[in-house]
Amino acid sequence: MVKTLCLGPLTDEALRGGIPGTNGARVGKTMSEHALWPVLRQAGGKDPLALGSAAQSLRTADWKARTDGAKVVKSICPYCAVGCGQNVYVKDDTIVQIEGDPDSPISRGRLCPKGSASLSLIESLLREYRVKYRRPYGTHWEELPLERAMEMIADRVLKTRRETWEAKDDEGNTLNRCYGIAHLGGATLDNEENYLMKKLYTALGVVQVENQARL
Amino acid sequence: MSRACPEPVEGFIDLTSAAAESATYGAEERDRMGFFTDTTLCIGCKACEVACKEWNQLPSDGYEFTGESYDNTKELSGNTWRHVAFVEQMEPERDTGRWLMESDVCKHCTHAGCLDVCPTGAIIRTEFGTVVIQDDICNGCGYCVVACPFGVIGEKQEDHTMGKCTLCYDRLKVGEQPACAKACPTESIQYGVVDELRERAEKRLEKVQQKFDGAQLYLNDPNDGVGGGGSLFLLLDKPQVYGLPPNPIVPTKDLPQRWRTAGIAAAALFGAVVLCAVSRR
Amino acid sequence: MGTSFGRGGATTFQQDLQNSDCIVIMGSNMAENHPVGFQWVMEARERGATVIHVDPRFTRTSAAATKHVPIRAGSDIAFLGGIIHYILKNDRAFKEYVVNYTNGPVLLRDDFKDSEELDGFFSGWHADKNGYTHETWQYKDMDTHGEPPDTDKTLQDPRCVYQVLKRHYARYTPETVARICGTEPQHVIDVAEALCANSGRERTSAFCYSVAWTQHTTGVQTIRGAAIIQLLLGNIGRPGGGILALRGHASIQGSTDIPTLFNILPGYIPMPHAHAHDDLKDFIESEGAKTGSWGNMDKYIVSLLKAWFGERATEQNDFCFDLLPRINGDHSSYRSIMGMLDGTVKGFFCIGENPAVGSANSGLHRRALANLEWLVVRDFSEIESASFWYDAPEIESGELHTESIPTEVFWMPAAAHAEKDGSFTNTQRLLQWHHQAVEPKGEAHSDLWFYYHLGKRIKEKIAAQEEPFSDPIAFLTWNYPEKGETADPDAQAVLREINGWDANGRALSDYNGLKADGSTACGCWIYCGCFKDEVNQTARRKPGSEQSWVAPEWAWAWPANRRIIYNRASADPQGKPWSERKKYVWWDEEKAEWTGHDVPDFNKTKRPDYTPEAGAKAEDAIAGWQPFVMQEDGLGWLFVPNGIVDGPLPVFYEPHESPVKNALYSQQANPCRQQFPRTFNESNPSPSDAHGDVFPFVLHTYRLTEHHTAGGMSRTVPHLSELQPEFFCEVSPELAQLRGLTHGDWATIFTSRAVIEARVMVTDRVKPMRVDGKTLHSVGLPYHWGSRGLVTGDSANDLLNITLDPNAHIQETKGLTCDIISGRRPRGKDVPDFMNAVRTRSHLEGQE
Repeated sequence: MVKTLCLGPLTDEALRGGIPGTNGARVGKTMSEHALWPVLRQAGGKDPLALGSAAQSLRTADWKARTDGAKVVKSICPYCAVGCGQNVYVKDDTIVQIEGDPDSPISRGRLCPKGSASLSLIESLLREYRVKYRRPYGTHWEELPLERAMEMIADRVLKTRRETWEAKDDEGNTLNRCYGIAHLGGATLDNEENYLMKKLYTALGVVQVENQARL
Repeated sequence: MSRACPEPVEGFIDLTSAAAESATYGAEERDRMGFFTDTTLCIGCKACEVACKEWNQLPSDGYEFTGESYDNTKELSGNTWRHVAFVEQMEPERDTGRWLMESDVCKHCTHAGCLDVCPTGAIIRTEFGTVVIQDDICNGCGYCVVACPFGVIGEKQEDHTMGKCTLCYDRLKVGEQPACAKACPTESIQYGVVDELRERAEKRLEKVQQKFDGAQLYLNDPNDGVGGGGSLFLLLDKPQVYGLPPNPIVPTKDLPQRWRTAGIAAAALFGAVVLCAVSRR
Repeated sequence: MGTSFGRGGATTFQQDLQNSDCIVIMGSNMAENHPVGFQWVMEARERGATVIHVDPRFTRTSAAATKHVPIRAGSDIAFLGGIIHYILKNDRAFKEYVVNYTNGPVLLRDDFKDSEELDGFFSGWHADKNGYTHETWQYKDMDTHGEPPDTDKTLQDPRCVYQVLKRHYARYTPETVARICGTEPQHVIDVAEALCANSGRERTSAFCYSVAWTQHTTGVQTIRGAAIIQLLLGNIGRPGGGILALRGHASIQGSTDIPTLFNILPGYIPMPHAHAHDDLKDFIESEGAKTGSWGNMDKYIVSLLKAWFGERATEQNDFCFDLLPRINGDHSSYRSIMGMLDGTVKGFFCIGENPAVGSANSGLHRRALANLEWLVVRDFSEIESASFWYDAPEIESGELHTESIPTEVFWMPAAAHAEKDGSFTNTQRLLQWHHQAVEPKGEAHSDLWFYYHLGKRIKEKIAAQEEPFSDPIAFLTWNYPEKGETADPDAQAVLREINGWDANGRALSDYNGLKADGSTACGCWIYCGCFKDEVNQTARRKPGSEQSWVAPEWAWAWPANRRIIYNRASADPQGKPWSERKKYVWWDEEKAEWTGHDVPDFNKTKRPDYTPEAGAKAEDAIAGWQPFVMQEDGLGWLFVPNGIVDGPLPVFYEPHESPVKNALYSQQANPCRQQFPRTFNESNPSPSDAHGDVFPFVLHTYRLTEHHTAGGMSRTVPHLSELQPEFFCEVSPELAQLRGLTHGDWATIFTSRAVIEARVMVTDRVKPMRVDGKTLHSVGLPYHWGSRGLVTGDSANDLLNITLDPNAHIQETKGLTCDIISGRRPRGKDVPDFMNAVRTRSHLEGQE
C-alpha cells in the first residue's frame, strides 16, 4: 500500500485537540524542518514510502517526556514496608509523575503495581478535600468549616476526658487516665505523626492507643 | 553504533524493514531499541500494566471479573498496552506445578503490518526503530487492527483513535527507559538495544533450557514471518499456551510482489494512455 | 523475635537476602505482597540459592520458588517442629554457635516440666487464672543474683536447654508432622535438609515471614519456632542469614518503635502499670534489667520524660513520672471495640485506618462505631468506617437504623505522602525521609498538623478552665516551628526531638550519650542518632551504586545505623570471621576494635575475650563473645524463661476454630488464647465439641498484589481496581464438585458471625489436604473489598471471629472454619433470618 501524506501544513491549532489527559504535554512548537508540507517531505526526502521521518507530525517530532525539566522531589512509597524510593516530578506546583528512584539500594528504581499507581492514589477522583460532618442521629452529611471542626473535636475530647476520668482503681492504685477515648491509627503514618499522637494522648491520659501493627 | 540490519527475507524488500525505515531519519537515527521479556523472572505483579497506564495516562479497561486465573484485563487493547497473561499448569498430584506469567506488549516488528497498511501516515517507524501511532494523525479507520497478526492494536476509549505501546517514545527521546521496564521489580522486562537483547536472550535460553524442556525464544528470528520482533520473549512453553500466535505472518508480506504486478499494470496503463494521446494528435 | 534475640525487629535487611544460600518463605506471600523486596530473593535464586515456599496455597511466590510445600493453614508450629526434630535427631546443629551464643548449654530448674510431660501444658499452669506463672521456667540456681547460670558446654546434661529441646521435639517426626500438616513426610525432610546443608561456617539460610505467622492464636510461638531453627543452625547475625519480618505497611515497624500501642512507650519502654509502678525507682527496678542494654532503662525513661515535660521534669518530682497514665490489663484495639459496644468507650479517633472493612469481625466493628458518642475519621476519601451509619450491610439488613445511630462523625481530609514531610520506618528498621512535593489541596492536612493543632487548642482550653489532672497537658512541651499559611509544624523539628539533645541542646549522636540525671532529652532512645550532627540522617540518599552492598549511607537504621543486628555473631568466639565467604563484622587485633561491612552491634572496643567482673552492670556484664547485647545474659534464647506468656517453647495447638482434633495433645487450642465470647462474636464449634461438623471447611484470608489491605488506597485507584475488580473465593475443583460451585458464578460463605458472597475461582492451585486420614477442604478469601470505592464487594473480615494471640493481642485470621454453598447470599431481612438458622444449627444461642 502506498500512502500519500497530508497536503497542507499541520497548524498548531489542529494539533491541540487530541491526546486527552496529557495536559498538552505533547504539544510542541513548530520545528523548521517540519514546517514543510508532509507531502513535500515525502516526495523530496529519504522516506518516499512515508513510513518514517516524513510521516512524523509536528507534535510527534516535539513530543518529549513530561518529566523532562521537572523538579524531582525524593520520596518513599506509601504502600507496603519494603520502603521503595520514589521520585516525585513536579511542574508548576503539580505532580506530573511518580516513579521509582534508581538511587535506592533497596528498590533500585523499581516499583510494584501499587507503588506505580501512587500518583493515581493522590489524584483519585474519590479523594475529598472538605470536612464532612454527621450530627448525632443525622441522616446526611453536612458541611463544617475546618476551624469549627477542630474546636468541636477539642471540646469533645475534654468533655469525654472529664466524664470518664479514672484517678484510682478499686484497690486505690493510681490510674490517672481517661478510659472513654480510644485511638486506632494506620501504619502509613509518619514516625513524627505517631510521636505527637502518643505524646498528646499520654498527656491526656488516653491509654487505648493502638494501630494497624497489631491487626 | 550497532544497527539491527537483518538479512533480507524473501518476499520483503529493504524499504519496509525497521532498518530501512529508521534510516529515513539520517543523522537522527539511533540504535534499534526494544524489549526482552524473560518470563522465567516474571512474578505476575502487573507493575508493568500500571506503570504503563500511569505514564501514558490511559484509562482503565473496565471492572470485570474474568475468572481467567489472575488476569482481569484479558488482552492488549487500545487502553491496555502491557498485559500479563496467567497460565496455571499444576502437576496431577498438585503439590507442585507451574503458574506461567508473561507480560505481553507490542512486538515492534521488523516488518510491521500496521505501519504498512496505515493509509494516513499516522503510524511511523521512529529513529529508534520502534513503531508508533500518532494520535494527532490517526483517523481511527482500524486498518492497522486487522493488519497486526498479534491483535495488539485497539481503539482508545477517549478519542477513538488507535492505541498501542509506543515503547515510551517520549521517554526514549530524553534518555529514559520505558515505564514498564523501569518498574518491573524482577527484571523480567528488560529494555535495550535489540541486537544486544537478542544475544542476551540466546544466552539466557541456554541456561534455562537445562531446567525447562519447553523453554524457547519467541520473535528472536529475523527469518520469521514478521522479520523478528523488536520485542523478544523467553517462554517456558509453546507460544499458543500464552495466547501468542505460533507462526505470526505480516499480512503485507507479499506486498512487494503485488507492487511489482501493480507497477507493471500501471506502466501498461500509462503507456496506453500516452499511446492514446499520441495517436489522437 | 524480641523474646528470642532482644529486639522486636527484622534481624537483617532485604538486600542481604541476595547472599542467602537457602531462603525459606513461610507465613508470607512475599512475591505478591512485597514484589520489589522479592527481587532480592530472585537475585539469590539466580545465583543458585534454594528458595522454598511453605504455604497452604500455590501462590505467585510458590511459582517463583524452587520448591513449594503445601501445608494446612495453622499447622506451622508442627512443621517448624519437624525441622527442629530433624536438626537435633541428626545432630546437624552448628555446635560452636549453639554452645557459645545461645542458652542451649544453660541448665534449667529441676521442677520445670515440659508440655510433653503434661499433655500440652508446661509447669506453672493455673487453670483458674487461665495462665502461667513463670518461676519453674527459670535457669537453675538463678536466685544467686548476678552470677552466670550453670551450664554444660558438652550439651549432655539432661537439664540443659539443648536436651530439654530434644525431648520437647522428640515426637515431631516427619511422619507425625506430615499427618498434622496434610503434607508428605519427604517434604519435611527435604526442607530440613536444605536448611541444614545451607548452614554452618560457609553457608547461611534465611527465613522470611509475614502476617500468616503472626495472625494466629499461636503467632508469637510460630516466630519462636523459626528463631530456634536459626539459632541452632547459627544463622542469626550473619550475612545471608536471619529472620526477615515482612511488614505490610509503609511504617508498621515505625508505629511499634514509636508506638501507637497501649502497652509501650517509645523505644519499647513498657507503659507504667498501676499495680507495679508507684514511682520512677520502682519502675526502673522492675522493668529495667541488671545486665544487658536494658540495664540503662533509667537513662531511656528519664530522657523521654525530659523530652515530654522539659523544664518541668526535675529530679525532685521524679521527672514527672507520676504524670504518666497507668495501664492495668489489656487495652488493645479489640478490647476498645468491646468497650464501645458496652458504652465505656465514647470517643474514637480512626486515623488512616478502616476497621469497618479491615479488622477481624468487621461487622462487630461497625456495630461498635454505631454506638459511639463521637468519631473522628481522617482519610483520603470517605471510607466505610466513615459511612457505616448509612451504608453498612447492617443498615441494609435492617439490624441498624440510621436514625437510631447516635454517633457524631467528623470526616477530615488527610494529606498524602507526597504532600508532607516525614519519615517511614520500613521492614528492615530503616528510617527513610520523604520530602513534601506539593501542598495538599483544600482542607487536607497532614496528621502532624492535626495533632499539633489539636494539642495546641487543648492546652489553651486547659489553661482557661478547670480540668481534672491538667498538669500533664499543661507541662507538656509542645513548641514546634510553624511554616506557611496553614501553620504546619516542622516535621524535622519533631524528628530532632525524637533523636534528642544533650545538656547544651546539641543533637545526640547515639544512645550511649543518654544520661539518667535529666541533662539529656530523647523522644525515642532507639532512634537516637537519626539526627546526628544536626543532620537529618534519615534523608541521606547517597546512591546505592556508589556504596557497598550494605549501603550504610542510605537513610538511617535503628539501632545506631546497624543493618544486620547481633552481627557480633558473624565472627567466631575469638572474633574471626566464620569463613571468608561469610565475612561481615570481625575483631581487628591491630586496631583493637570491631570492624567490617556494617556498624558493629557491639561495644566497638570490647575484646572478644572480655570477661565481666562479678557484679558488672548493664552492657559491662555482657562478655566479649556474647552477641545478643539486649538480653540479660547476652545469649540467643532457644528457651525463653521470661517475657512470653504461653510457654517457654512453642507447642503445636490447633487454631481456635479447627475441623481437626489436635493429634499431639488433649489440649486442643492454645490454652492462653484471648477470647471475647459475646453475641456477634460467637465461635464456631470445633470437632471435639458437639456440632463441630457444622463448619467443615478451613477459611483463611489474605491479600493480593493488586490491592492494599482494606482497599482505602487501592479501590479508589482505577489502575489497581481493574486488575482485581471483584471479591472472589479460591476453591479446589474437588470442593467445587462437593458443593456444586461453578467457576465464575457466585458462592455464599458463612460462619456463625456473618454471611457473605463472592465470585467463585475454581483452581488447581488449591489442593484438598489429607489430614489424619481425612480430606480437608479450604476456602481462600482475599479481604480487600467493602461497600465503597470504584470496585465493591462483601468484606471477608465479616466472617472472622475475634480471638487473639495472648502475647501480641493479634487476631487469628489465617485458619478458621466456615461453610460454603452455591449461589448468592440472602439480602435485607433475610440476612438475620439466615444467620439465626445457622446459629440454631450450630447450637450457639446464648454463647456468651
